[in-house]
Formats: sequence, C-alpha cells, structure tokens
Amino acid sequence: MCDQTFLAISFGPCDKCVKTKPLMNIYIKTDQFNYCSLCVEMMANEGLRDNETLSSLKNESETLKCKLEEERAKLHDVELHQVADRVDALGQFVMKTRRTLKGHGNKVLCMDWCKDKRRLVSSSQDGKVIVWDAFTTNKEHAVTMPCTWVMACAYAPSGCAIACGGLDNKCSVYPLTFDKNENMAAKKKSVAMHTNYLSACSFTNSDMQILTASGDGTCALWDVESGQLLQSFHGHAADVLCLDLAPSETGNTFVSGGCDKKAMVWDLRSGQCIQSFETHDSDINSVRYYPSGDAFASASDDATCRLYDLRADREVAIYSKESIIFGASSVDFSLSGRLLFTGYNDYTINVWDVLKGTRVSILFGHENRVSTLRVSPDGTAFCSGSWDHTLRV
Amino acid sequence: FTIIKVEALVLEMQDPDTGVKTQTQRLVITTIPHAMTGHDILEWIINRLQILDEEAQNIGNLVVQYGYIYPLQEPKNIILRPDGSLYRFQTPYFWPTQQWPAEETDYAIYLAKKNIRKKGVLEDYEKENYNILNIRLNHKWDFVIMQAKEQYRAGKERKKADRVVFEFQERAYWLVHRPPPGAPNVIDYGLDRFSDPNENQVTQKKTFDVYRREIIFNQHSLMKSRVKSSVSLGGIVKYCEQYFNHDPIMTGCLPSNPWLTDDTQFWDLNAPLSEVPTKLRVERWTFSFRELLSDPRGRQDFQLFLRKEFSGENLAFWEACEDLKYGDQSKVKEKAEEVYKTFLAPGARRWINIDGKTMDITVKGLKHPHRYVLDAAQSHIYMLMKKVSVYICCCVALPSLRLLDAMWGLNKNPCFHIYLTVKYRSDWSPVSADTD
Repeated sequence: MCDQTFLAISFGPCDKCVKTKPLMNIYIKTDQFNYCSLCVEMMANEGLRDNETLSSLKNESETLKCKLEEERAKLHDVELHQVADRVDALGQFVMKTRRTLKGHGNKVLCMDWCKDKRRLVSSSQDGKVIVWDAFTTNKEHAVTMPCTWVMACAYAPSGCAIACGGLDNKCSVYPLTFDKNENMAAKKKSVAMHTNYLSACSFTNSDMQILTASGDGTCALWDVESGQLLQSFHGHAADVLCLDLAPSETGNTFVSGGCDKKAMVWDLRSGQCIQSFETHDSDINSVRYYPSGDAFASASDDATCRLYDLRADREVAIYSKESIIFGASSVDFSLSGRLLFTGYNDYTINVWDVLKGTRVSILFGHENRVSTLRVSPDGTAFCSGSWDHTLRV
Repeated sequence: FTIIKVEALVLEMQDPDTGVKTQTQRLVITTIPHAMTGHDILEWIINRLQILDEEAQNIGNLVVQYGYIYPLQEPKNIILRPDGSLYRFQTPYFWPTQQWPAEETDYAIYLAKKNIRKKGVLEDYEKENYNILNIRLNHKWDFVIMQAKEQYRAGKERKKADRVVFEFQERAYWLVHRPPPGAPNVIDYGLDRFSDPNENQVTQKKTFDVYRREIIFNQHSLMKSRVKSSVSLGGIVKYCEQYFNHDPIMTGCLPSNPWLTDDTQFWDLNAPLSEVPTKLRVERWTFSFRELLSDPRGRQDFQLFLRKEFSGENLAFWEACEDLKYGDQSKVKEKAEEVYKTFLAPGARRWINIDGKTMDITVKGLKHPHRYVLDAAQSHIYMLMKKVSVYICCCVALPSLRLLDAMWGLNKNPCFHIYLTVKYRSDWSPVSADTD
C-alpha cells in the first residue's frame, strides 16, 4: 500500500523568479530545474526560436510521446489477471434491489451518499434535489433549483450541507436544516462560477472546500465561505464530465475524465497535471479511485471500463464484452476493491471481478438508462439512479 | 458513438448467410418479404453473443426501440417478443445515425398523409399533434397539404406490396422519433456536449505553445519514476485479499447487513465513536496507519496512547495542519499564526520535534502563509506517528487500552507482536528499527 505523502512537486523558491511557490521539476534539454507554474507558462509562450518551426516542435512532442510509451512498456512485465491467478474465483452473486426511492418527477442525474451510510442526496433533470433516508425511504429535504439538468450533487462530509449545480454554471451549497419553517433556498450560497454547465462536484475533506468540474473544460477548487477560487486546473481539450478525489488521508490529488477521451490526474496544490491517460475511444463519463488510491477506473461511451494503475503509469485492464454495446455511464468499487459496479445506457448494471477481468453478474431492473452509481461508505450496499425517475439500493 | 456498435450488430443480423432467417410472410391480404420472427432474432442474438435469455431480451428490446427493427403487428408495442411475432429490418434511410433532423414539417406532412389515407382516423395523440402543428406551421400549411397529397398520390402508383412496406417503415420511424405518450423516448440522449473534440482534431491547428507545453509535460512524465507492473499490480491484489473479509457485499457482515434484514444493529455497533469497537474494525486499524487515523474511534485510542507517552502534541499538530488545508480560506492567516505560537515557536506550549531543516523551511514559509505552508512539517510528523503506531502494537507496556486487548483476541499466536512487527515492516517499505 502506498501512502502518497510526497509528490514530485514540492514547495520552495523558483529557479527562475525566486518566489516561493509550488514547484515543478522540468527538464530543459537534459538539465533539471525547479520552476513555478507561472515561469513555465511564460516559457511555453516564448516566441519560436531560430532553429524551431511548428512542425519541428510537433515532431519533438511526438518523439517524446513514443519514448514515454517505450519506457512504460519496459516495466510492464505481467498482466493483472496473471497476478490474480492465485486468487480464488468468485462464486455467483445474487443481488437484488432492496429499496426503491420514488419521488423524482424526471430523470435522476446524480447522487451521493452521506457519511452516515444511510442518507443520500439525488438530483434530477427538473431541477429538484432531494435528500433521502434511504433506509426508511423517507424524503427528508427537498430543494428546487432555479435551473434544470442538475447534473452534479454532493453531500458534505459533516452531513450538514449539500452542494449541487448544473445548467446554471454555478455550484450552490445549501445548509441542511430541520426547521420546517425555514426555506432552504434562503440560506443558499453560490460558490462556483464557470462559463459552462457544471458536470461534477465534490467536497474535499471538509465542508469548506469544493472541487468542481465543468463543461468549459476546467476543474476548480473553491472556498465555500467566500466563494473564492483557490485553484484552477486547465488541460482538458473538451468538457470535463467527472472527477474523483484520492482517498488517501495525505493525498492531494484528484482524477478527472472528459470528452477529449483523456483521464488526467492533478495535484491540488499546484494545479498541475501529474499524469494523463488516453486510451479510451470515446467520452469518459465517470472516474473512480480504487480504495487504496493506487489506481482508478473509468467508464466511457465506448462501452468499456478500464483500470489504470498510477504507480505503473499505464492502463492495466479493460472490462468489456461483445454483448455490451451501449456506453457505460458510471462506475464504483466495492469496499475491498474486488468488485466493480458499472451502470450502462442499456438499462443494466454489470458487476465485474476487478482482478480477473470477468463479469460476475448482470443486474436488470431499471427501465431507462442508469445515470449514476455509488457504493455506500461502509460498503454494505450500492445505489443506482436512472432516467426512469427512480433510485435503487 | 454507441449507436455505431448497435449498427454493426444489426448489419451482422442482416447478413444473408449468417444473419437471422427471413422469409416471405403473408400478412392479412398482402405478402411481406423478408420478415422474421421475434423468436429467431432472440436465438440469433443469444448464439452470436454467447449470453443468456434475459440479457439478449434486453438487447433485443433496445434494438427495436431505436428503430432498427420494427414489428409488423402491434406497432406501438416496442419490445422484442420471443415468439412468432413478425419483425422486419428498417431501411437504412430511416436509421437513427443518419441524423435526418426529424423536422416538424416532415412530421406534419406524414400526419396529413395519414389523415388522407385513413380518412381522418388518427390516434388521439396524433390528432393532438396534428392540431398543434396546424397552428404552429400555419404559414406553411398549404405547402404541407400539397406535399402530403403528392406523396399519397405517388404512393398509390406503386405496387401494393412496396407501398405497404413503405408505410410500415415510415410508421415505425415516426414511432421512434415522435413516441406516443408513455413510450420510452430513445432519441433523447441528454444534453449536447459543449465541445466536440472530433471537430477540433480535424480543424484545430495547434499553436506552438501547445506543443511546448506538451513537450514539457512529456519530458516530465519520462523522468518520473515508474514501478514495475508486477509490483504495483501485486499491491492491488494484496489490497483486495486483505480487505476481502471486510467487504460486506462479498462476505456479508455481522450481525447482518441492514439493507437485507432491516436491522440497524450493524450500524449501531460500528458507530463512529462506539464504546467497544468490533474485532473486524480493530483489525482494519492494523492494515495501515491511514486506516487508524481515518477512523474516529481509532484516532481517539491513538490520542490516548500518545497522551500517556507525553507526545500528544504530534497528533494535535497534524490535525491543525489538516484544518488549515481544508478549512475556511479567510482564516488561513490567523490559523497559521496560532499554529506557530502553539507548536513551533521556541518554548511553545506544545512544541513539536522536527528536524532543523524542516523547521527552517516552515518558519520561512509562515512569513507568507498559505494553505499548504505546513506541508513539509506535517509530512514529517505523519511519518513519525506512523512509526509510533507500529510501536503501539508491539508495546506490551500499554495498559488498559482496549485496542491491544482486541488485537490480542484476534490472534492467539504467542508470537503475536513479533508477527505484527514483521507484517508492518513489509507493508510500509523503508521503515526499519534503526532509523530515528
């Protein structure tokens, strides 16, 4: 197990401008320097030097990419299912819907569990965001957003607030109150501002910070209290559709997936992209970290899910079958990381054995696309939300 | 994108040799060429994709719903019946990927034509739509009616069988693109993505700074250290094995999974700050220091232990750092000052023991405090506490800590604590007894 306490990026005085900032190791020719991100940007924008043309730069980039692939391949000495040979195969799983949550008037787009393992928040196309006690199937709170297509919602770690956003390009935080007379919308805080729709949001370790992903191609970290932008993350060439924070206590990274078929791993502190993976054939709809934080899975419109290993820096498994021809919309791991639950646009949920790469089970029940899927915090169940207006646990 | 895969499957189905069997069928008074039974289609899918009934049924239903195959009888019932019901392939002209925008005008013409043909007998929802369109397209209505009459007349000149087939096809097309109320609307794919990356790749010319950035990034990635697959994959497998018994979906949970039995005892027993932690829970704490810290009960026990050893300030400092990182941005400056006064200043009340270099960096950084200014010190203290937590398990000098009792209970092996030290060392690589 790897504790990601130290990342390649450190703090200190920049070699160029001497200011103390988060630093990147960069290589000019073969010498190593520590530059801050501003100096890196300036360097990138310098005019073409005498011996350079656009195509020479392009070639340089391409050769580096090839070298990178070679290096990655050199260390690839074994496949996942080979290492997993010694592990017993899983028996048949019988999973049934234990709770059905009805109440949304339109497609359910997103959901998130509360840390108390039984409450969850869900959002839908008609602008309604509902907090349920999934165990009793009671609705506890309901908010109507001023916009439709609320594509992102998240529960605060303390359980005292929820965040949601969508076509309004903003992320709003609503504190949850049990006072029946209070209108929840009154205390709403508008936190994030993007230039396009909000596709995903998540609280960091506390109620005070939110990480958002948007259709404008960027992710951003915000301070809830002041609405201030703390850090922005640029690098995707198209809409960013999903994000997930690394589970490590001291981890400072998150992964995001977008319409440019890339999954990128970012450092929260410096805003730099640390790793990038581009092996999918289509938009990546959902990304989720493996419980140990050493890997992550992604689900895409190309009907496959893939597992990427962060330490080996490569894709290590593809979960696909000929009979699965519709895109995967959402993915999550079971508590041990052995099972991967994926929701598809063909109304089904497939359960994969992560290590062996085989499908363990297929679940029917939804009457329309499965749009969102999350395992509960203690791993006792998982919830799926669908365009058929219901959520199932 | 996924439509492409569906089309590939449909094309295979249509293959005269390896596809679904078709035959000419008599329907009422006309003969329809190339009809197939629902049963045959399902059989073919099951054989081709090697799957079971339920999954094949699901795929079949979707193929019909998207309009690639349409039923001859009961056109509105858009599922694939596994019996002798008849179906035909929709002509490629009408396939969803063709992306003919199903325009209102076209729909109006279709409805008008149907009106003429059926002498005013339309479905209720069609009548409604017809009226709405009449109002909306009032300015073009003459054109619509004229087109409808033209097409009707042209249709009459065809052979009866062709005409009937075309009517079926058109009807199926509109059933998909203007579904009757209550039917699933498969054309609805959600929102348009803002940027179409395919477009960009063809037309976008990357400017030099994009390439420069790529070069910097790629160089950086090259120099990054990588781990052999066998090592990192081995780590993943080991994690799965280690947590296997803790995964309620895989091995159940005691006393029972609340979702299955409606009994919340499991949650009560495992409440964040429960009196007596369960054995499984304590076992998890031994997996890694991170598990111990992230479980509130574990952290509490650890805190007690540290207090006894007079080193409680380490955990307090670590928690203060977390608070700084994730807390309110406006309070960063005052929190940083507070931390300095309490933990770092010479002679501070809860002075923490970090090496000179780290202390130097931290104090310098505190002149311009930001969220991550305490990172170096926090990492140092984290590592220190990690080693201490190894100690916690081996140290028999721990008195009333239920922590140790529970752990003894887990493993009756007399060499238990030695077993644990060995186990820990192999998990957390370079930790060895002689450092620090």
